[in-house]
Amino acid sequence: MKTVKSPFKFKGGVHPDYNKELARESAIERMATPAELVVSMSQHLGAPAKCIVKAGDFVRRGQLIGEKNGFISVCVRASADGQVKAVEKRLGPAGGMADAVILDTTAALPEDLPPVEPLKPLDWKNATREELLKRVEEAGICGMGGAGFPSAVKLNPPPGKRCEYLILNGAECEPYLTADFRVMLERADRIRTGVEIMRKILGMPAVRIAIEANKPEAIAAMEKAFADIEGNVEIVVLPVLYPQGSEKHQIYATVGRVVPEPPALPIDVGCVVENVGTVAAIADAVEKGEPLLERVTTVSGDAVANPKNVLAPSGTKYSDLLAFCGGTKEDAAKVISGGTMMGFAVSSLDIGTTKTTSGLLFLTRKKVFQYSSQACINCGRCLRACPMNLNPAEISKAVESDDIKTAEDAHVMTCIECGACSFGCPAYRTITQYCRRAKNSIRARMAAERAAAQAAKAANP
Amino acid sequence: MTVAIVCIAGIGLVAAIALALADKYLAVREDPRIGMVTAVLPGANCGGCGFAGCDGYARALVAGTAPNGACAAGGDACAQACAKILGVEAAATEKRVALVKCCGTRSEAIRVGDYNGICDCNVAAATAGGDKGCRYGCLGYGACANVCPKNAISIHDGLAKVDKRLCIGCGKCVKACPKHLIELVPASATIHVLCNNPDKGPSVRKVCGVGCMGCHMCERLSGGKEAGHFKFDGFLAKVNYSNPPEDAAIVAKCPAKCMIEDPHFESGH
Amino acid sequence: MKPKTTESHLVLSSSPHTHAKSSVSRIMLDVIIALLPTTAMGIWFFGMSAVWTIAVCVSTCIVTEALCRMAMKRESTIGDLSAVLTGLLLALNLPAGLPLWMAVAGSVFAIAIAKQVFGGLGMNPFNPALAARAFMLISFTGPMTTWLKPICRCKCDAAPDVLTMATPLATMKRLFGHDATASATPHFQQAIDSLPSTWDMLVGNMPGCIGEVSAIALAIGAAYLLWRKVITWHIPVSFIATVYVYSLIAGGAPAYMQVLTGGVMIGACFMATDYVTSPITAKGKLIFGFGCGLLCMLIRQFGGYPEGCSFAILIMNAICPLINRWTQPKPFGAK
Repeated sequence: MKTVKSPFKFKGGVHPDYNKELARESAIERMATPAELVVSMSQHLGAPAKCIVKAGDFVRRGQLIGEKNGFISVCVRASADGQVKAVEKRLGPAGGMADAVILDTTAALPEDLPPVEPLKPLDWKNATREELLKRVEEAGICGMGGAGFPSAVKLNPPPGKRCEYLILNGAECEPYLTADFRVMLERADRIRTGVEIMRKILGMPAVRIAIEANKPEAIAAMEKAFADIEGNVEIVVLPVLYPQGSEKHQIYATVGRVVPEPPALPIDVGCVVENVGTVAAIADAVEKGEPLLERVTTVSGDAVANPKNVLAPSGTKYSDLLAFCGGTKEDAAKVISGGTMMGFAVSSLDIGTTKTTSGLLFLTRKKVFQYSSQACINCGRCLRACPMNLNPAEISKAVESDDIKTAEDAHVMTCIECGACSFGCPAYRTITQYCRRAKNSIRARMAAERAAAQAAKAANP
Repeated sequence: MTVAIVCIAGIGLVAAIALALADKYLAVREDPRIGMVTAVLPGANCGGCGFAGCDGYARALVAGTAPNGACAAGGDACAQACAKILGVEAAATEKRVALVKCCGTRSEAIRVGDYNGICDCNVAAATAGGDKGCRYGCLGYGACANVCPKNAISIHDGLAKVDKRLCIGCGKCVKACPKHLIELVPASATIHVLCNNPDKGPSVRKVCGVGCMGCHMCERLSGGKEAGHFKFDGFLAKVNYSNPPEDAAIVAKCPAKCMIEDPHFESGH
Repeated sequence: MKPKTTESHLVLSSSPHTHAKSSVSRIMLDVIIALLPTTAMGIWFFGMSAVWTIAVCVSTCIVTEALCRMAMKRESTIGDLSAVLTGLLLALNLPAGLPLWMAVAGSVFAIAIAKQVFGGLGMNPFNPALAARAFMLISFTGPMTTWLKPICRCKCDAAPDVLTMATPLATMKRLFGHDATASATPHFQQAIDSLPSTWDMLVGNMPGCIGEVSAIALAIGAAYLLWRKVITWHIPVSFIATVYVYSLIAGGAPAYMQVLTGGVMIGACFMATDYVTSPITAKGKLIFGFGCGLLCMLIRQFGGYPEGCSFAILIMNAICPLINRWTQPKPFGAK
């Protein structure tokens, strides 16, 4: 085990105000189960889970309430004992409507309610690879850093592909967020166990633990936890740069490999990247039989009275999280689920947390930036900032005049929506939103084309 | 002088022969009916039929790969004319126009956020679900107006309105709306329910002053369920356009004030 | 629980929710600051007539911009300072002592025709100040090529009554140009002597446009822009290097003289680097600078005018969209 400096630097990137000092020093605090939970069936990237409970049902903590619905999907388990008040469409943080189970945790469970068979602790050293993979799937584990890709799918490379590097993402380059930082400090041993389990599943790949240089305490904690590990394990110290936590850029920064354009995945270059929080969750799922029912969420922002890193059950409403942190000390003008670079602004605090809610930010009016989209002056700052080396100026101008074709030719589908272009734009253009708009309409067109092709195939077999 | 005359005459002769040969050997043989069909189509190139412009539709019609009557803009008269050229029977079609099923203006329907971004319904809807309290209502950022080939849609007080006199029923707005609240209705219908929210009365009332609560008053006043002038989706009344109500008196009696009797419905409330 | 907000609504917007605080007006202000040294040197050498030209150009540009936006029923854009910058740049590219009504005509042309007709800042294909200068050079050829003698030019003591004189470039063209016939005449040595010394060329003690004479002041301004990251090195370096290498190869006047005289310095650092009318990629900028330098030297050597810097940049402005198309960046991970 050794610590090395990142040998590769990707092009572009920006330096936003990190504001991490707000919650950096506050140790993870466990929050009591709130009276009501809103557990969404859409917890992650891919197909939402299929709800298998109905209003009036009693459920126990850990009981399956949503079945995995497709290949890229994870199951959902009740994060507390209680009674299902309703199953209804609720607004998610990203703006989509999805089924959500509204759970009343104050209801007393009837005595004759059959017990739920818990997941049994597994001795991972003697368990088979299949047993371990099944456990990860049963525990409903998905990536806890961003999009929420199902871990069981990631850990099971398709035939013919081999994982050579397991990369632990501890970069946490999003402003304000300190959840992963605290997990690395306080749950280093869980991360160590998780790494050993994942190494076993993936066939002993080399391990790279990627941490940004502004987290020396986390680097020290990881060095201590992994001091006596055998095999090819390195801690890679990354320069402080946004978006260092992006999967593709992290792979480049740690092992110098370049993931080709979509639909290629990291496994195509022999890499699996997993967030540190997810690794700890895998350790708990295997060693303790504890499904993924809670996570650390950073509640921060200049409007919050006591910014904290809160360990809360999945489905905790934003309003309850805010109350746990002492409410607002100043009026909040914007509430963001996630970080300030890639998070979602929300309109209501009745939304429940999910497995991917890494942060909840409350910003005052003076921290809210209003974009206005003046004409592009061609300054080229977005080109220099774009970590994907795209031409955001051209894309945004094309989309502005509804020319999706030009945007597609300019590789807009490669865009990772990191926001570096909008961040530096002196004309305050919403470049990232233009890219998102182009991607949405291209995806819609592709879906329509696929449907038409299928219909044509069905018509003339 | 003579040389010049001979030269010009010679060039003229060569060019004439070349043109004559080109006409004979390079001519594109096209079914003459394509030109005739194109001539009777409206020529708006709206794309509502699903083909690239009127010419594209005419080719498909003549080739027999497109159904007659797909041109909403031309309507019945156009379908008849096409049928005559093609020598087939035309089914009678009725002129249809777009209807925005929402009357929640900025003063009536609450907004839950200050949206700051690109003025387009699709992206606004993708940003925290849009800034309107009602998840089913018109956002008013003009995705429909942007695609309308006839400029028949305008935005007033945060609400899209269709001018029936300009609308050709191409249906592009129906596809553009992220909330799916635009419907093509018969142009002859005059009584409409302008709401798209199927939720229960109290939750509709929380977000909109003019949302349908599903009280069935319109149905009762128009002769009850048996008369069949209305259909219900959850707690939302829908006009049965194949059997529309005729008595305009029910409009004024709607307790939610989401009904309208307006031959043009560009004015709304 | 409803969040406490000053207004009842939370702001909803797409990510990112933070900004680097750069703005168009700050960039324009930076360029104006960078032009201050050369403006000061211009005023030092050409006196009140320079002050008047600058004042008239800047104020006319501001007024024209306001009127155009009003006529087009669009929001005012005075605040972004781009009109001030255009006025200043135009003034710095005019000879001192030009009749002021001509400066007014040029400023109106720059803002109304070269900029607002195309839709305002960001839409103009040509650099407004240069387009106006070209327009004036063609319309008012005489006054536009009459050069005031710098006030404190000591070498001219011999003829104190002469107020105007030829620019060094015109002299160089006469002496070293391809149609040079002067080498045998007795005036040859006199002409050589009339060329300013290297020091005079550096500080700007020579006839020329108000803002183009002082190479040192321009270099200080360019250094400021590079430090503020307003411009990148690509265009100035490739432009000046091309001029230098070309004149080394072509012979004639010494290469350093070609760089220090005429509009090369102000053109390379301030006019060719205009965002709107120059390529957006680094590779494109190198090509653009090279093209500017080459065309500038071709016009100087073979053209009818002694100076070709403005025309070179304008021609390159025209092919800028083409350069952008040639030099699209290759996405990270693309084949």
